[in-house]
Amino acid sequence: MAHAAPVAAGFQDCRNIWVSTLEQLAEADPRIVAVVNDSVGSSKLNSFQKRFPDRLINVGIAEQAMVGIGAGLANGGQIPFVSAAGCFITGRALEQVKADIAYAGFNVKLVGQSSGVAYGELGATHHSIEDFAWLRPLANLTIITPADAWETAEAVKWAAAHEGPVYLRLSRMPVPDLHIADRQFRPGKAELVRPGGDVTLIACGTTVHLAAGAAGRLADQGISARVLNFSTLNPLDEEALYAAAATGAIVTVEEASIRGGLGGAVAEFTAAHRPVPVERVGFPGFLPTGSVDWLFKEYGLSPEGIAAAALRALDRKA
Amino acid sequence: MHMNDKIPLIREKALWMRRTAFAMVHRAQLGHPGGDFSAIDILATLYFGVMRFDPKRPDWPDRDRFVMSKGHATGALYTALCAAGYFPEDWLATYMQPRSLLNGHPNRNYLPGIETNTGPLGHGFPVATGIAIAGQLAGAGYRTFVLTGDGEQQEGSNWEAAMVAGHRRLSNLTLIIDRNRLQQGAGTEETSGLDPLDKRYDAFGFDVTEVDGHDPAALLAVLGAAPGSKPRCVIANTTKGKGVSFMENVASWHHGVPNDAQFEQAMKELV
Repeated sequence: MAHAAPVAAGFQDCRNIWVSTLEQLAEADPRIVAVVNDSVGSSKLNSFQKRFPDRLINVGIAEQAMVGIGAGLANGGQIPFVSAAGCFITGRALEQVKADIAYAGFNVKLVGQSSGVAYGELGATHHSIEDFAWLRPLANLTIITPADAWETAEAVKWAAAHEGPVYLRLSRMPVPDLHIADRQFRPGKAELVRPGGDVTLIACGTTVHLAAGAAGRLADQGISARVLNFSTLNPLDEEALYAAAATGAIVTVEEASIRGGLGGAVAEFTAAHRPVPVERVGFPGFLPTGSVDWLFKEYGLSPEGIAAAALRALDRKA
Repeated sequence: MHMNDKIPLIREKALWMRRTAFAMVHRAQLGHPGGDFSAIDILATLYFGVMRFDPKRPDWPDRDRFVMSKGHATGALYTALCAAGYFPEDWLATYMQPRSLLNGHPNRNYLPGIETNTGPLGHGFPVATGIAIAGQLAGAGYRTFVLTGDGEQQEGSNWEAAMVAGHRRLSNLTLIIDRNRLQQGAGTEETSGLDPLDKRYDAFGFDVTEVDGHDPAALLAVLGAAPGSKPRCVIANTTKGKGVSFMENVASWHHGVPNDAQFEQAMKELV
């Protein structure tokens, strides 16, 4: 099988590279601090805490204060990385994210950990699949969902250097390296994972390698699928979307709700500017009990499921 | 200069702020004058008796910070910032007009001297706590003052911040509560009671002082005192609508606006 997916090597938990990168940055810049809601372990910040005990600010289980304190730290000249489970840093503290971070425009980096359905069987309270829809209208908040370890490191470095609010959506789910030659991290720009002209698969985060796998399957059927790593959701790469629309069919893939997230953004943009069939792969709403692996397969977040969605989109293609 | 030598200036500025804020509200037919008037003596004391700041350098890293958590009281905040020299007086006439920099709630990107965006209640205290932590981390000498309404204390986020500030012994932080005992529609104690507010903050690790929030000497004594070993909580007992007879202690003046006759009457009383 010509499984041309650019995957190889072992899978990695990107939280390791998130924290080693943050430690490197903190070593060089005393303004970098971490703020957590008792989430030292789940954010993998134990070694950061050992190295920089004063610069790990654990506010306790208090997400609203955590985000507000992040804004205050930025007012005082620090560069805070506020890190907590994605479901809580967004849902629980949403008004603080809106008013204190985005609207006020503070230089704060929000880090949503264990995003999507990483907490699997713990259920909908712990899934963070609504975060894209909640945050996307905050137009000055850069939203980045890295797809592998390399991109995680680059995104963390970029966020630290960028003056302005950022939401980094990280995962605890191991992913393979995408192994793209001569990579350059370009925030706001979709990354070409695989060229193709019959249909465009637009994915982000943990699903990019799955989309690449789907493209391999489609190639076996003589279908040339372009694969984009759409790691920046805000601001939207409109140029890439015009180009995607020119292939005549689009599939979006995200470990998130199909309402209002990546699929929502692409459907919104294409409907307004270049209508083409768009099939959205993701989650429809609150999910039944199940493991991460089961949820992914059940809802078509798999090479097979994505390939099937591509065939549906191609069927609708004019 | 002895601390009390500042009192005449504070009184003079407070009177100007009341008259000017009410004129802004009258012109715009919008605003929150009741809460402006309960807070104005506190702001006048901070800006003209206590805080170190330079309106020419609003980003001066070592400035003392004032966070207006009761963001709806922009009549008080904007007149204080204007009187302190942050922007020219003619800007006040644009209050809440289309594209004005003087939005109904303060925006730090619009005007110099605003430390953070507020409006939804319960936001300023956590942000001020973060500013105080930053000061501690950097070994900076600045102090942070935050003013909340009393009804605002019903927001849980305040108590999250109180736990953090008490736990970290943020002695560079002063929380001031504008204790006028009225919220938007009724008294605080009949809505969701706050008392004993002093004991509550004492239990959270604050040095608590109760003062007359309209007495500059009393305010100066507590706000101007050097930091101790804990965060400070100043419960400033105030009167909503203070200074205008028909507004005092009347809840509907929370966001009531004056007609021409009421405005004229108020100007006669505010002298």
